[in-house]
Amino acid sequence: MNNILNVSPSPHQQSPETTRKLMYGVVIALLPALAASIYYFGVGAIIVTLTSVFSCVAVEYIVSKYILKVKPSVSDGSAIVTGLLLAFNVPSNLPVHIIIIGAIIAIGVAKMTFGGLGNNPFNPALVGRVFLLISFPVQMTSWPVPSGFKTGYTDAVTGATPLGLLSEGVKNGETVSAIMDKVPSHMQMFYGHMGGSLGEVAALALIIGGIYLLWKKIITWHIPVSILLTVVIFTGILWLADPVKFADPVFHLLTGGLMLGAIYMATDYVTSPMTHKGMIIYGIGIGIITVLIRTFGAYPEGVSFAILIMNAFVPLLNLYIKPRRFGKEVNNG
Amino acid sequence: MFKTFPKGGIHPPDNKLTADKPIMVLPLPSQVTVPVSQHIGAPATPVVEKGTAVKTGQIIALAKGFVSANIHSPVSGKVNKIEPVTDTTGYKQMAVMIDVEGDEWIETIDRTNTLVREVTLTREQIIERCQQCGLVGQGGATFPTHIKLTVPAGKKCDLIIINGVECEPYLTSDHRLMLEKGPEVLTGATIIMKALGVEKAIVGIEANKPDAINHLTVLSKDFKGVTVQPLKVKYPQGGEKQLIKACTGREVPSGGLPLDVGVVVQNVGTAFAVYEAVQKNKPLIERVVTVTGKSVSNPGNFLVRIGTPVTSLIEAAGGMPDDTGKVVNGGPMMGKALAMTDVPVTKGTSGIILFPDDEAHRSEVMPCIRCGKCSSVCAMGLEPYLLAAASEKSMWEKAEKEKITDCMECGACSYICPAKRPLLDYIRLGKTTVMRMARERITK
Repeated sequence: MNNILNVSPSPHQQSPETTRKLMYGVVIALLPALAASIYYFGVGAIIVTLTSVFSCVAVEYIVSKYILKVKPSVSDGSAIVTGLLLAFNVPSNLPVHIIIIGAIIAIGVAKMTFGGLGNNPFNPALVGRVFLLISFPVQMTSWPVPSGFKTGYTDAVTGATPLGLLSEGVKNGETVSAIMDKVPSHMQMFYGHMGGSLGEVAALALIIGGIYLLWKKIITWHIPVSILLTVVIFTGILWLADPVKFADPVFHLLTGGLMLGAIYMATDYVTSPMTHKGMIIYGIGIGIITVLIRTFGAYPEGVSFAILIMNAFVPLLNLYIKPRRFGKEVNNG
Repeated sequence: MFKTFPKGGIHPPDNKLTADKPIMVLPLPSQVTVPVSQHIGAPATPVVEKGTAVKTGQIIALAKGFVSANIHSPVSGKVNKIEPVTDTTGYKQMAVMIDVEGDEWIETIDRTNTLVREVTLTREQIIERCQQCGLVGQGGATFPTHIKLTVPAGKKCDLIIINGVECEPYLTSDHRLMLEKGPEVLTGATIIMKALGVEKAIVGIEANKPDAINHLTVLSKDFKGVTVQPLKVKYPQGGEKQLIKACTGREVPSGGLPLDVGVVVQNVGTAFAVYEAVQKNKPLIERVVTVTGKSVSNPGNFLVRIGTPVTSLIEAAGGMPDDTGKVVNGGPMMGKALAMTDVPVTKGTSGIILFPDDEAHRSEVMPCIRCGKCSSVCAMGLEPYLLAAASEKSMWEKAEKEKITDCMECGACSYICPAKRPLLDYIRLGKTTVMRMARERITK
């Protein structure tokens, strides 16, 4: 009877879920896409991914320890996730120094200046990606052609992405069906056999990871489904109205960063709404903006911009979209 | 067929280690300590003094006012002293200490085990008897039962729900009571129906107690108007508002009471106590307490006299394991941690849980990652992260506007939080502050 009893208010038990487990769950979900990427782009994918992850973790450590002077929180795994996602959003032949700049912007500017994990309004990996896209437009849009595993890195043969071909072609007055002859088939795109950012090409691998995230209850269906459905409906309407000028919905689903964005980037806890209703509005917004940029904008791809724009609306959505309070509008028939 | 409430809820590990342990009668201790305040409301006033000889079942403290409850001697013997002691809440309360001598009951109590089905008392007599016998809700809130059986003018009641949910992990006292005292519990339900003038009663039981569901479903065929409603397992289904929503679809309005939708909810233990009071004239002097824990050598369900020291209960369960780091009075989600075990069992003690030291401490608090899990598990449709942040920053008006007073402190948000934030601690602070401010507004 010499036990010193611990006293604290209820509840006296906590779920085994932790921030760290959630973050490593996302890392696991990204592995199939990483494997597909290594298969298609070879050693370049490995170099870019490792550089990005290491520099993101290093930047977070250095900023916390030497600038903010707080205990570094790198063990929570969030910097690893940002590093992976940044790598997934750049071409697999991107020079190392550009990746490091991207990591500094993503973690140093977009995350740590706001106070670190949980406080950043914009998705750090996407801020890094967009910064690089604007600062290094040539390097950021020279896409290696998938050609099986190869050991070359920056000397890869490059070509345009399907979305790039579409945008270019429509601008030159070609019909969509003529453009479609130049891009891989839908099935090839589903497996990821096309030019594009490192981790965005293999829709199949991304969907497998997405199912894992749903199964582990790390994400809910609300954001991915509302984004993908909005894109399908919006592009479907355009396609039905004028199939000569607009590509079909399946093409839009499988190309660019849509799958990666919808399943992994837009679902980032910190920068997405807190309620399910808010999540659906947010997802619809991302879907509409993506299609607008893709079909009418100057850039061939718009998922990154769409997510960042909707990130800005998240505080507003959290303020106005509330869960239904129990017993508020009572109707007891 | 299995119903549940629609929004929120969690599934903590069940840990019902004592579900198949029959209720055992705990031997009388050598001394009992009976606090005069074991209920919500005014403490009772002692009517005995040092040296008074008392019999089991004799009144030793009288209710003071309407919201209060009589206290009876749980044993026979001599009053040793009357002085403040620390009770399970951790506060000092006036208590009557009685040295146990034999076990002589007052003659008016029917101590036989024969089931008395026929209810001869009138409505008024039932309510009066419950008041005399010091009955309080045994689910944990310890609200005096006679008040719950009195429908205020302008309100009407058309249904009673007997709460057999026992959604707290570990606890099994209600489960055992339903299995071993089924007919008594259902008779208790019919007595409550008569007191409220109601034709219908529903017994809500969660699916993790299939034996109790089957047993009471079979028995209920003999009880007119009583049905059993099986429920999906989900915490906090034992909360009155969630249970009513699950069983009937009716929704108690924000800030309202079950009577606002014509329902009165009574715990299984309370229904049993009502049976004993009305049919056997037996006051509330003993109750079933689950004593459990992963390292406890002989966990079980014990029928124990009020006022018995918790230490005696722990001894009966095989003694306190060496690795014990926390002792909780009640369930792991809403119970209170005890600073010392030398406190008496009271009318509201449903269980004693001994946690090993590695489960006795909270995890390190990390920054909120805004995952929204707290909002999705909140059965009241609140946003715990927001309420906690508002309380942390003393933004009381904001907290009030976001309905902080609707929180029933079930702890689902703190349980689910992956960053291990003490959400409920902050919400409690905000809730008490907002309620105090609201009271001050009224008195101004």
